[in-house]
Amino acid sequence: MVEWTDFERDTIKDIFSKMEYEVVGPAALARCLVVYPWTQRYFGNFGNLYNAAAIMGNPMVSKHGTTILHGLDRAVKNMDDIKNTYAELSVLHSEKLHVDPDNFKLLSDCLTIVVAAQLGKEFTGEVQAAFQKFLAVVVSSLGRQYH
Amino acid sequence: MSLSAKDKDTVTAFWSQVSGKAEDIGNDALSRMLVVYPQTKTYFSHWKTLTPGSEPVRKHGMTVMTGVGVAVSKIDDLTAGLLNLSELHAFTLRVDPANFKILSHNILVVMAIMFPKEFTPEVHVSMDKFLAAVARALSEKYR
Repeated sequence: MVEWTDFERDTIKDIFSKMEYEVVGPAALARCLVVYPWTQRYFGNFGNLYNAAAIMGNPMVSKHGTTILHGLDRAVKNMDDIKNTYAELSVLHSEKLHVDPDNFKLLSDCLTIVVAAQLGKEFTGEVQAAFQKFLAVVVSSLGRQYH
Repeated sequence: MSLSAKDKDTVTAFWSQVSGKAEDIGNDALSRMLVVYPQTKTYFSHWKTLTPGSEPVRKHGMTVMTGVGVAVSKIDDLTAGLLNLSELHAFTLRVDPANFKILSHNILVVMAIMFPKEFTPEVHVSMDKFLAAVARALSEKYR
């Protein structure tokens, strides 16, 4: 089981309570598709992803970005058992979506950068450490049911 | 994943916008690295303090960013341009190359915080590729 300090719990709850899902979600997913273009392989039916401007303005990307970010809410509410919280989603990503789990880290790095830009100076080293630890646990849980 | 002409232009332009803050960028990136990735502290046991923002950290952050500036000026041939630095890292410092990725990530986080408007996804991808290319050039002499 993952041990969380009070600071880490408070930091995660704080970040998500102030989260602008419709801004951060789309920005993170779009950034991932631009910075790591091979991730576009999973979004063949999303239409125009031909350049950064197209990706940033693509409504399917926006919608999906928001969906993914809200997917993290369950982990925020169940920080003491993220592993089991995401067991089903892990099976989904493995069996149905066939997503290489290395991609989870790529998206999580982009999310870190977008949240950093949103929070500015508030995103201290300690806050960054807590946020990255949280995302690492999520990423690990999503990769757990792959076989 | 080599640098295209567009990448080089993007990096050069962005660097000219941000290089004035090189000391702050280096200090913040290094401070963050030591906090978020504590295993990196093992390379600095000879410093009197590892406190974020302290003198040795700030000074070393500047050293690193000066190196980045050199890399920007040698962007057309990083391997040749960073030869001395590669030998330094390979034979003297012997920093595990995995750590280049870690520091690069923290430099990007600091860019996003300090320059949210300028650090667009296009700048991000070019900077990420550039820092990876710098890391490769620094690793040249390792073995």
